[in-house]
Amino acid sequence: MSVVSRGFTGRRRDDPKLPPGQYLERGFPVLQAGPTPPVNTATWKFTITTETGDTTRWDWKQFTALPAEDITTDIHCVTQWSKLGTHWRGVSVDTLLDGIETNATYVMARSYGGYTTNLPLPDLRDGKAWIAFEYDGKPLQPEHGGPARLLVPHLYFWKSAKWVTGLDLMTQDKRGFWEELGYNDYGDPWREQRYQGD
Amino acid sequence: MARAALPRRLTWLVATVRETKDETATARTLTLDVPGWPGHQPGQHVTVKLTAEDGYSAQRSYSIASASAADYLELTVQRVADGEVSSYLAEIARPGDQFELRGPIGGWFAWQQDDPRPLLLLAGGSGVVPLMSIIRAHEAVKSPTSVQLIYSARTPDDVIYEDELSRRSRMSPLIVVTYLYTRLTRWRKTAAKVTPDSQVTSAPKHGGLFSRHQAHPAEPAAPGLPPVHGYAGRLSADVLAKTAFPPELNPAVYACGPSGFVEAASDLLVAAGFPAISIKTERFGPN
Repeated sequence: MSVVSRGFTGRRRDDPKLPPGQYLERGFPVLQAGPTPPVNTATWKFTITTETGDTTRWDWKQFTALPAEDITTDIHCVTQWSKLGTHWRGVSVDTLLDGIETNATYVMARSYGGYTTNLPLPDLRDGKAWIAFEYDGKPLQPEHGGPARLLVPHLYFWKSAKWVTGLDLMTQDKRGFWEELGYNDYGDPWREQRYQGD
Repeated sequence: MARAALPRRLTWLVATVRETKDETATARTLTLDVPGWPGHQPGQHVTVKLTAEDGYSAQRSYSIASASAADYLELTVQRVADGEVSSYLAEIARPGDQFELRGPIGGWFAWQQDDPRPLLLLAGGSGVVPLMSIIRAHEAVKSPTSVQLIYSARTPDDVIYEDELSRRSRMSPLIVVTYLYTRLTRWRKTAAKVTPDSQVTSAPKHGGLFSRHQAHPAEPAAPGLPPVHGYAGRLSADVLAKTAFPPELNPAVYACGPSGFVEAASDLLVAAGFPAISIKTERFGPN
């Protein structure tokens, strides 16, 4: 049973689209561990590496020539803000994985600047994840992960790695940057899986 | 690049307000008794959960202001416009009131007391809170490293912990504080207080900065700088060059504040030659 905080009534903007413990944010907060890395589309590369070490690589021109989709989705940050109905454009991870042979069950997403985050591979398949390069009709800004970030909106947003440059397919789960520091391996906002053990 | 994992599952603990202290017109420190609190690394934060009588609850994250202690911590909360939780903590809560919290959270933006590098701390507004925890811990563990705090606030009235920062920088030769007043175009120090002034009459010392304690008894941490000094305006390459440790000293850099401040500060730092890997950032608020 929770303790009651005397005099607290709250704002009561409950919305069925808000997962437990989240509040509605209209701005777009930025969360990152360090400076925004400079990422140039002239040298940008995106690489998928399988568990056997096979690599498939795209440069910016090849990547942006792939079929892209418009995505409208809610996003949920572990620091309690949620943003509803955000608009993105990106390439489905299904498109990128098409033709790649793998028995992997997990993925480590890797970013320019050294950030990593781990996810189960099925969470990136079947239209659930994208490499996004536009937000609200404009090129994705560097502080929001531009030129391209992973977008996995059904998990807490730290899983949507900014400045993503590759996916390493793994047969065993391994912890990424925040996960090593105590954040949840899976991060389902509807089950409030913020930290290890949640 | 990651530190060791947090070993424990984070459970909700009951915090009881022992004392409140207004720091500025809009920021307040809450001193909390938290049985079961294990202590923390300076820089870490907690999640606070408030629950109304009918069970409605709201959660927000707040940086810890105090140095590590068992069963005890201090939060300094800046009230934000329309802030559901901050307005409760900064205005309504009084001694004896209770809420829940869990933590400590965030092992990245955290200082390890055995880190031998000098500390370069950059604060924007209430971003000073986790940096104050580092400064307090630095003294508590008698760390021999030098500390520079560059603290950007709107005006002198918006500075949190001013008395304590003055005292600490006067008492310790290791600590230098630089204030940046972003809402002032010029300012000077009079005997009693800092006042905005379009006519700067005193000759600037140290290339344009104005000493607040010109008769300083101790050896300053940065040669040529008084222990507390300030500039009008925002953080710039010029201010960094005049006040911060040079990149060659390889300081551990912590920048905390609103997103715009942290973005600007970390861009300036990288441009000045500080390696990105040495810069840890924590941001709050939408940009």
